[in-house]
Amino acid sequence: MSNQYEMRLSGSGGQGLILGGIILAESALNDGKNAVQSQSYGPEARGGASKAEVIISDNNINYPKVRDCDMLLSLTQIACDKYIDSLKKDGVLIIDNSVAAPERDDIKIYSLPIIEIATEKIGKPMVANIVALAVINQITKITSNESLEKAVLKRVPRGTEEININALKEGYKLAEVNE
Amino acid sequence: MENKNIKLMQGNEACVEGALTAGMRFFAGYPITPSTEIAEISSLRLPKVGGKFLQMEDEIAGIAATIGASLTGLKSMTATSGPGFSLKQENIGYASIAEIPCVIVNVQRGGPSTGLPTSPAQGDIMQAKWGTHGDHPVIALSPSSVRETFDLTIKAFNYAEKYRMPVMLLTDEVIGHMREKIEIPTADEIEIIDRVKPESGLDKYNPYEVNEGELVPKMASYGEGYRFHVTGLVHDETGFPSNDSNVAGNLLDRLMKKIDNNIEDISLYEEYRIDDAETIIIAYGSTARSAKSAVDMAREEGLKVGLFRPMTIWPFLDKQITDVAKKADNIIVAEMNLGQYVNEVERVGNKYANISKCCKANGELITPDEILAKIKEV
Repeated sequence: MSNQYEMRLSGSGGQGLILGGIILAESALNDGKNAVQSQSYGPEARGGASKAEVIISDNNINYPKVRDCDMLLSLTQIACDKYIDSLKKDGVLIIDNSVAAPERDDIKIYSLPIIEIATEKIGKPMVANIVALAVINQITKITSNESLEKAVLKRVPRGTEEININALKEGYKLAEVNE
Repeated sequence: MENKNIKLMQGNEACVEGALTAGMRFFAGYPITPSTEIAEISSLRLPKVGGKFLQMEDEIAGIAATIGASLTGLKSMTATSGPGFSLKQENIGYASIAEIPCVIVNVQRGGPSTGLPTSPAQGDIMQAKWGTHGDHPVIALSPSSVRETFDLTIKAFNYAEKYRMPVMLLTDEVIGHMREKIEIPTADEIEIIDRVKPESGLDKYNPYEVNEGELVPKMASYGEGYRFHVTGLVHDETGFPSNDSNVAGNLLDRLMKKIDNNIEDISLYEEYRIDDAETIIIAYGSTARSAKSAVDMAREEGLKVGLFRPMTIWPFLDKQITDVAKKADNIIVAEMNLGQYVNEVERVGNKYANISKCCKANGELITPDEILAKIKEV
């Protein structure tokens, strides 16, 4: 159980976080690990705070829900406010730089221009989720970059491969500079 | 991973894959959360294998069409959740007495009524057994993982075909919607059972006749030239209604014996760390995953705890649960309702073990910590 890594990807509905969670889980499978992905449905799926959860482990994963997480991604203020208490001590918080950093000194905080990079460098705000995946992978090393790229290419719409690979590259760069 | 067929798959998707592997060629239903993906994926996949998908006007029509398609020889399935399961009860009884193979999937959500559409529950355990009126045989299976959803959907079709009856797959929102790793077995690892068809000539066929020592009549398909009558009324071997008390008694006796005489074939379960266990948790479906975590946590603290996980909910596993009760000092039944399966456990286990329950019906999966707390309390 000790090598089980639990992640919560949060933001607002439409930011592609559920797809992001699926891609992360598939990336872990590509590495030969186990993964469980789940999400909340209902009113939360549109607007407000939306979240996707991923558990990655070398062993079997029994209880499939994420409780206190090791890594929290928040692309919006509402999502960060809602889920920040679920981040474990010594956990990793990755926030878009539009989000105010929470007052916690027991966690590691990375505030990065994820949405800005997607919008201005790639020219497609909807790839913010892919930029975020690269950031997560670069910081946590939870899956190999090779597996992540393979997982991204499997899930994104045909014709958008190049844009998404660029989004990954920009994400890695962003995280490297801030490591 | 390159050589094996490993995928990330949702439980509801695995249900359809299992059904198609079992030979499903017809699905009719009415979409309802959290089962909708089963209808959606069936509608995409069935036409590609020469099957048919029908979206009906409601859940009642969904099971009615499913029964009708099965009579033409197609392996047929419908899927729903609590409110739709309620509506399907009348026709589940019809399929039971008319002996029509079909699979009914119920991805359970919070009830009663429309309840909690997007939240898990295990509140339909007793409804699966007694939801339709009158004595009737019931098979209901409950998977705890995506892979097991695949496997038990195949089993459900096999039992339906083998025993000519409706079979229920009782999954839940957690298992239906979660995605996890699944290794799809190869064709030679999978057993597929088909209904037995009549050998007799068209003029000699009696649709409900069984030979000495047999319990399941051979089933002709509409459209192949056989003419026969199907009714929800008590009927004799010709399929036509009868008021004769001997005919009625014999029919019900035979219907129930299909289960009673084949109980071992239908009893599916898993035992986990129970050999030296003083406390045994009984849990099924998604709750069993929490229970397994709780067992590991308890063992780490030196507590002798195990898990008995029924995959067959109905028929009730009298023999196995009795053995579990004799083995343990304490039994804890964990389920996402306010106490349903536990009543049956008490029926067979009360004189051997102290039985308590860990129940929750607020739309949240019971957590390992909640079960661990209960373990320490008993």
